[in-house]
Amino acid sequence: MTTFTDPARLGISGKAINTCLEQGRAAFIGYLPVGYPDVSASLEAFKTLSECADLVEIGMPYSDPFLDGTVIQQATTRALMRGVRTRDAFRAAETVATCGKTPVVMTYWNLIEQYGPDSFARDLAAAGGAGVITPDLTPDEADEWIAATDAHGLDRIFLIAPSSTPERIAMTMAACRGWVYATSVMGVTGVRTTTSIAAPVIAGRAREIDPTLPVGIGLGIGNGDQAAEVASYADAAIVGSALVRCLPPEPVDIASGLAAMATLAAELADGVHRGRSQQLA
Amino acid sequence: MTLPDDTGHFGRYGGTFVPEALRAALAELDEEFRVARQDPAFVAELADLQRNYAGRPTPLTVAKNFSKECGNATIYLKREDLYHTGAHKINNVLGQALLTKRMGKTRVIAETGAGQHGVATATAAALLGLECRVYMGELDTQRQALNVARMQLLGAEVCAVASGSRTLKDAMNQAMRDWVATVDNTHYLIGTVGGPHPFPYLVRELQRIISIEARQQFLDEHGGLPDWVVACVGGGSNAIGAFAEFIPEEQVGLLGIEAAGDGIETGRHAATIGGGRPGVLHGARTYILQDEDGQTIESHSVSAGLDYPGVGPEHAWLADTGRASYEPITDVEAMDAFRLLTRTEGIIPAIESSHAVAGARKLGLRLAQEEPTARPRILVCLSGRGDKDVATAFDWFGMAGKPDLTVGGLE
Repeated sequence: MTTFTDPARLGISGKAINTCLEQGRAAFIGYLPVGYPDVSASLEAFKTLSECADLVEIGMPYSDPFLDGTVIQQATTRALMRGVRTRDAFRAAETVATCGKTPVVMTYWNLIEQYGPDSFARDLAAAGGAGVITPDLTPDEADEWIAATDAHGLDRIFLIAPSSTPERIAMTMAACRGWVYATSVMGVTGVRTTTSIAAPVIAGRAREIDPTLPVGIGLGIGNGDQAAEVASYADAAIVGSALVRCLPPEPVDIASGLAAMATLAAELADGVHRGRSQQLA
Repeated sequence: MTLPDDTGHFGRYGGTFVPEALRAALAELDEEFRVARQDPAFVAELADLQRNYAGRPTPLTVAKNFSKECGNATIYLKREDLYHTGAHKINNVLGQALLTKRMGKTRVIAETGAGQHGVATATAAALLGLECRVYMGELDTQRQALNVARMQLLGAEVCAVASGSRTLKDAMNQAMRDWVATVDNTHYLIGTVGGPHPFPYLVRELQRIISIEARQQFLDEHGGLPDWVVACVGGGSNAIGAFAEFIPEEQVGLLGIEAAGDGIETGRHAATIGGGRPGVLHGARTYILQDEDGQTIESHSVSAGLDYPGVGPEHAWLADTGRASYEPITDVEAMDAFRLLTRTEGIIPAIESSHAVAGARKLGLRLAQEEPTARPRILVCLSGRGDKDVATAFDWFGMAGKPDLTVGGLE
């Protein structure tokens, strides 16, 4: 794990990851959907998560979440039933930024397309957002989005996968600013009992092809040991479903959910800290 | 310029809005199809299956009695209802199943609404020895229990999808989730001209046979081309197949019929072009039914096969350029046409196809007013047969299921 030097490549969120690397550890990126169990309870959850995570990923609920496993599907379906709107992501970004952590939004593309890519970039930047992860938008279809994020100084994080060719990894990383999101398995979001053997491979391929950009690894991480393992070779470890699972379906039960999530978040943060020393040892 | 372009766009529509993980598989499929369609062995094998297994060519029937109800128009029916498994769907399925084998894959998955595409996929899987799983919205498995049983008889596994609105769009979401995890050995056999590139192009080319045959039948048997081609549009595969060869023939009008459910003004409809706006759903940019934020809105139609909140991107392009027009037909109008064609011609159409039949009649009556001296010839793609819809018709027409009379019993 090295540190990165080109500020134009790192943007805001890559710089935050680099700060962790300079401290001798990987970054911990935690995901929660805005609006679950409802909007105000989710803002409390973002505050709690911000105590442990370095970057906070704000998921926007979508009616057709074809990349999400059951845990996130069920949470985002409930969020939509309770009336979450696209603009609530900006409130969540403001909440995370106020806590001094780096907010990035993760969303299916149509929600940005309907808000208007330029308006979305403008309003997220104004709320203190650092960037956006777009799982169903690859650089091939992203001309308008690249212009919008450039205009408003937002990072854009595209995904690479174990099935990506070297050419596509190079093309995708060149289009990113901040970092690149490497999916560790072929599959949807959700906790897995063992970390993927493909994860260090895709991280290594990405680093070899483009050493100027941090690599975050996501999909399947559920506990401190798995986070430590991923943190030993990646620049950032991303955890979603395991955190979401801590939260209750009903807003009235939020207090106990927040406590459970805080415990897990602390374990994951500890894992990320251990990851690097394991590597040194 | 031929469309789509190399990256799958019809103007601003279409494209490939999918996770990076699926890019390699879509590129492989695109390449495999481009090679296969130049390969005489592939072309011959597909033609043999279409002819000797599934029953092509399908007839072109002049609906003499029904035409009397359609102003001065004569209605010609392209009889996809007589095709194996009861609809046009298997044109596409046979082609994609052969491609699956060529790619060395051993398993197919499919989404289905009414069950017709699922049955067609299960049929091809049985024939070609492929493992098959069909995703179907939980609501649809209840509405179409007969087709669930047909798929199971054919050896397919049917998975009910209980998430979201529990209908076709959710079945597509679940099929995508399966595919992204199994893409090494599995082909996702999409049933319509929707989804990411190359599906809108691939499925169009496999359905093109409908208009290749119909055009030649018109020329050979009826001396010339039709004035209009009319087809129902859900995702739009039978319509694209019926339009394709006529798109360059500017004098032939193209009319797509969307399902208006209770009426577009009620909000309970599936008329994506008539009542939606452009957005991105299931991998492509096209017209979709969505709220202000871009969340998909549930569609409504008496016809499960048209009950989908999106439409193939080429239809969006044809609508915007004006090459084709799209009109709504309500549940009531479609069911009236279902009964009228059945009574006048002895042909029970699928409720999907009944929308096209109703649209053709409306067109014929309108043309009779606008141009009283004209004698227009209207080709209707009768995309499927209505056997599967008898239960719906039973409820709709309030039939009691009792015989009209009983004779011969003991006193």
